[in-house]
Amino acid sequence: MPGKSRRDFLKSSALIGAGVAGISTTAKAGPDNILSEDRMGVLVDTTVCVGCRNCEWACKDAHNLPAGNLESYEDRKVLDTKRRPDHTALTVVNEYASGKNSNLPVDVKVQCMHCDHPACVSACIVGAFSKHENGAVTWDTDMCIGCRYCMAACPFQIPAFEYEKALNPMIMKCDFCIDRTKEGKVPACVSICPVEALTYGTRTELVKIARDRIKRNPDRYVDHIFGEYEVGGTSWMYLANKEFTELDFPKLGEKPAPGVSESIQHGIFAYFVPPVSLYALLGGIMWISKRRKELDEEIK
Amino acid sequence: MSHELHNPIPIKHKYFTPGVFVLVILAINGLVFLMGRFFFGIGAVTNLNNQYPWGLWIGVDVAAGVALAAGGFTTAALGHIMHKDEYHSIIRPALLTAMLGYTFVAIGVFVDIGRWYFIWHPLIMWNGNSALFEVGICVMIYVTVLYIEFLPVVTERFIGKVNLPGFLSGLNKIVDKVLRLLDKGLSKTMFIFIIAGVVLSSLHQSSLGTLMVIAGPKMHPLWQTPVLPLLFLLSAVAVGFPMVIFESLIASRSLGLKPEMPVLSKLGSMIAPLLGIYLAFKIGDMFIRETFVYLAEFNTASVMFTIEMLFGVIIPLRMFLSTKVLKSPLFLFIASALVVLGVLLNRINNFVVAYTPPYSTESYFPSFGEISVTVGFVAILVLVYRFIVLNFPVISLPGRQTAPQSKYTIRGVK
Repeated sequence: MPGKSRRDFLKSSALIGAGVAGISTTAKAGPDNILSEDRMGVLVDTTVCVGCRNCEWACKDAHNLPAGNLESYEDRKVLDTKRRPDHTALTVVNEYASGKNSNLPVDVKVQCMHCDHPACVSACIVGAFSKHENGAVTWDTDMCIGCRYCMAACPFQIPAFEYEKALNPMIMKCDFCIDRTKEGKVPACVSICPVEALTYGTRTELVKIARDRIKRNPDRYVDHIFGEYEVGGTSWMYLANKEFTELDFPKLGEKPAPGVSESIQHGIFAYFVPPVSLYALLGGIMWISKRRKELDEEIK
Repeated sequence: MSHELHNPIPIKHKYFTPGVFVLVILAINGLVFLMGRFFFGIGAVTNLNNQYPWGLWIGVDVAAGVALAAGGFTTAALGHIMHKDEYHSIIRPALLTAMLGYTFVAIGVFVDIGRWYFIWHPLIMWNGNSALFEVGICVMIYVTVLYIEFLPVVTERFIGKVNLPGFLSGLNKIVDKVLRLLDKGLSKTMFIFIIAGVVLSSLHQSSLGTLMVIAGPKMHPLWQTPVLPLLFLLSAVAVGFPMVIFESLIASRSLGLKPEMPVLSKLGSMIAPLLGIYLAFKIGDMFIRETFVYLAEFNTASVMFTIEMLFGVIIPLRMFLSTKVLKSPLFLFIASALVVLGVLLNRINNFVVAYTPPYSTESYFPSFGEISVTVGFVAILVLVYRFIVLNFPVISLPGRQTAPQSKYTIRGVK
């Protein structure tokens, strides 16, 4: 008899195992994270940017957000306060005091960095975020449940949420103009920039360009391409003539943001072995302690 | 034989007292603000913003709620899996608290997420990399398991006493039969659910700790550590019994019953080692990562960390080592309450205090509306708990055994 029940047990566990395996192959196994060799990026040269904020207008225009007329963006008073991207503006320009060998203020365009190993893609409970082959990190409105874990996870504090909406609030962030790039156009901000502060190209190429600029003008730049290695590399990279921390960039390591949490997560759930073993262990303890109790009572 | 202390019955006591009225007012106040959240959006009621996406509701309603419902799986492990029959009288109250606690955790999530009508999405949209996905799925299954574990209380209440009103009375016999069938089925399979409950709890209690790991440097180093999942699990295990004692003593007081001191003292004697293990890991982690340097600074983080460790772990640990404390209802209550508040504070610290976003201009403090909703939920939970213990066989009266124990234990695990 014990032999039989053991066989039954094995049979049913095999069935459960097959079921689990079956489900996980048919369901969409997590969000996409494709890192193509030719993925695109943008190099932002903050020493070139003049703070005209045309990119802000172009971005709103391309994403059907209320943009106002372009002339109104000439007002430089806006630059007196530091702003962050939100649901009304997916990119903003902030101005800082001048850096080395220059009297001009430093203007920094802020938007999603489109990380190579994005924390938001790893964190999202429903896998609504995706890293695309062309480098863009985008978000699927129809999947999102509005938990805002992406905002807690993002090392650059980029995703914004529509807190004032009772129904269908959206997470908003730069989508690297994925609709435009699909048609072969360049992102709206890049295309409008009058001083070519933004360079659109493959990431590999951009790193080369950035290195070259630093090498040829060592007086003009600090020797650091922000985004080359930060959190495992980002699609958007920056050059500047002062330390990036002084320009409100976060101080980040070179390890991808989701690295630790994913290895913990996969450790706890490695092929469901730990939970299943725990179940078996507890079942064993339960059986032994019950048996011991019964023996005790028989002796009495 | 060990069936002396176990005889759960519906407690005879009036429902409304002045304290209950206060709870009703708090509950209504919370519901008013809750309506504001659903009609005008999260921003209308809370102080949350793009810098602080998570606040009181996630820190207390969800994270602390899950931790403080740990009495359910720790007592199940003790009473059912290790077969310590002498603790059976506290299993049902702990189970009820866990069931209600997790129900309110689910409601808390429902309220906090922006698109509440998509709360079912994780069931079909999977992201195995996400700690939140794991927590979500585990909590969903565990809530179901808790309801199944509670079913025998319902069948026990109604078997042989089914009395439907009016024309439905013709169905009395059939309903009774269904209940008996259910009871029989449950008694044969309950061990599956009991073990599952403990496994699921261990999984999501720890994964709740993984949640903030991904926030990386945005979280204060006093709390940010790769062993957070282990610390969350150990603290949940340590808070299980104190929470049971805390509630049991409040319930006895409020319902005019004699405190179950023999069981509670014994339960209390196990808390010190559990707290000790947690403390050892916490301090070990602090020394390995050399984060004690941050305690030399004087700021919100260092003060909150010190309060959490001193009043939430070290002082109650010392108290539980003393026999005098274990024998006195008052001291036992104080020590247990300290552990409960310590874990509550730890979850608030992890999710709210430690979280320092890079571009915040002012720090977050929960709005009156947020606090109202949280307090309102706690009030409703207590009101429902009171209703159930007055109408269902949950609390055992000491020294009044009338029937063999087997009839009253959770079926299937005599």
